[in-house]
Amino acid sequence: MTEPTEKVIPGSGGATPAGALTEPVPVAPVRSKWRDVWDQFKIHKGAVLGGIVFLLIVLSVFLGPLLWSIDPSYIDIRARNQGPSLAHPFGTDQLGRDTLARMMAGGQTSVFVGITAMALSLLLGTLIGVLAGFFRKLDGILMRLTDLFLALPLLPLLLVMVMLFRAPLSAAFGPETGIFILIVTAIGLTSWMPTARIVRGDVLTLKEREFVLAARSIGTNNTKMITRHILPNVISPIMVSATLGIANAIITESALSFLGLGFPPDFPTWGRLLFDSVDYLQQYPERVMWPGVAISLTVLSVNYLGDGLRDALDPRIRGR
Amino acid sequence: MLTFTIRRLVLSIPTLLFISLVIFLLLNLAPGDPMANVPITVPDEVKQRMREALGLGESVYVRFYKWMVQFFWIEPQVLIDHYFGTTFSEGKLRVISWQTRSPVMDIVVQRLPQTLWVVGMSYVVGVLIALPIGIISAYRQYSVFDQVGTFISMLGFSVPTFFTGVLLIVIFSVKLGWFPSIYDTTLVVNSWETFLAQLRQMVMPVFVLALYNASQISRFMRASMLDNLNQDYVRTARAKGLSEKVVVLVHVLRNSMIPVVTVIALGVPQVFGGAIITEQVFKVNGIGQLLITSLQANDLPMVQTLTFIFALLIVLFNLIADVLYGVLDPRIRYD
Repeated sequence: MTEPTEKVIPGSGGATPAGALTEPVPVAPVRSKWRDVWDQFKIHKGAVLGGIVFLLIVLSVFLGPLLWSIDPSYIDIRARNQGPSLAHPFGTDQLGRDTLARMMAGGQTSVFVGITAMALSLLLGTLIGVLAGFFRKLDGILMRLTDLFLALPLLPLLLVMVMLFRAPLSAAFGPETGIFILIVTAIGLTSWMPTARIVRGDVLTLKEREFVLAARSIGTNNTKMITRHILPNVISPIMVSATLGIANAIITESALSFLGLGFPPDFPTWGRLLFDSVDYLQQYPERVMWPGVAISLTVLSVNYLGDGLRDALDPRIRGR
Repeated sequence: MLTFTIRRLVLSIPTLLFISLVIFLLLNLAPGDPMANVPITVPDEVKQRMREALGLGESVYVRFYKWMVQFFWIEPQVLIDHYFGTTFSEGKLRVISWQTRSPVMDIVVQRLPQTLWVVGMSYVVGVLIALPIGIISAYRQYSVFDQVGTFISMLGFSVPTFFTGVLLIVIFSVKLGWFPSIYDTTLVVNSWETFLAQLRQMVMPVFVLALYNASQISRFMRASMLDNLNQDYVRTARAKGLSEKVVVLVHVLRNSMIPVVTVIALGVPQVFGGAIITEQVFKVNGIGQLLITSLQANDLPMVQTLTFIFALLIVLFNLIADVLYGVLDPRIRYD
């Protein structure tokens, strides 16, 4: 690293402070890479806005229930099918359940599924990408595997997986946890391939760099090499994949719920709320708007965030 | 070029075998019993016989082999018989749907035209919208047109098709009443009125899918044009005194189309997959909707065949994209 650390001045011995002062003082403070990234990120207005909107959505979904204390499953049959009012800002559904509370509960599930599935797919993708890039013996077989997975029809297979494994898993872990595990695993298993490819490419170029050779020459073993030298340097493509992965996972989960293959009916997610509202499309068309807008806004903000991150983390763009 | 194509063709065979094995194992080793809905009063030995009648008595690899034979050997014979009136497939067992007890491929063939019309049309419309938008946004980078185009493509990319579809139904079917919300497959086009009706019912599903495809392709088109616009050969072309129109539409466009054409080819199978959702929204009874209903009815042969058809499409279009890339870009071919 080129960061100037404490310099020992030969001859001065620290006894004469005047000698230390004659050392040339760095004119500008050393800028870390993340500072540069942040400066570039700030220029991209859409990305900043996207980040803020996404944070707001996550905060309101997870902290909102503290302020809005109506139970999302509380049935008030006399207040059913109401439009927006002071008591129910988003109206109520066909059983008189408060839509605002259900939107927040649904958002928690959707965002949580999105983040967990993204984490799983990143873990798989990074693992396979690093292994394939680092060990030449594994490269051929792992990349063929990636190609084969890319040739699978993902949405149909996802539907098949969810359909086949939902009964045994909900019997084993209870209906909600079981379906959660199933959906997260299914999305993770079907979305790791792009990450693996990008990471592999980056690892391949990193392996030829001098600092890897230097580390190798002082006897660094493979595990340390990967964790200390390779992984910190592939963090930028992984971060971009992470944002796009959240968007992809949220859309996939909503699509599954929308096809009626997601979470059980009394367990709200945004996709499920949209699916339930479609039945009342003729009478209460405004009801589909809340979950639909929520899904779209989340995905849009995450995509903008990813766009900005990609620009900010790309050194070719950052220099300009 | 021929050896290149043949090499790619041969390489796709193990891929197809692997995919069919994955699909087969996923469906057959999954927990769940097709006899689960048979009443408990039916004695166990009868259930066992019913299982054998469904072809479930054999071990897994025998069933896999038989399914492969049925799919790759007998079904093509049926197709030949249908077109040439021969009798190759007489008396041979075809893949039978558990739900309808009729051959799976017959049902697929019935459902295919609806999907092809809606999906194919939407893809063509999407590409036709996307190309000019991509070209103009790249040529006038950071102009108002580019900003608006980028925003709309981001929107089309982010808003899921099931929400766009529902939104269109709310606006144009419920509020305005211009278009029907349900796709009527029984409509026979034989006059001007029925043609208009067909057009009206196709507008919304086609628009939903076209918006989604166009937003993806226009992003690629823009990026590809931007890559080429700063190249030296463009400066040379301008220096020769060629008109701006020729420079952009002949020199730059032809080179930028290389990656875009492959992206367009690679996108076709994904569009079929995405059409599953759109078909569900607009109640089009295409193959996507068939997949959903057969999944819900636990009709394993149907699900297996349909999933495999989707896989076949992906492998086929990957191959087409590879060969197209080779045709368009000689640097790839001679590797």
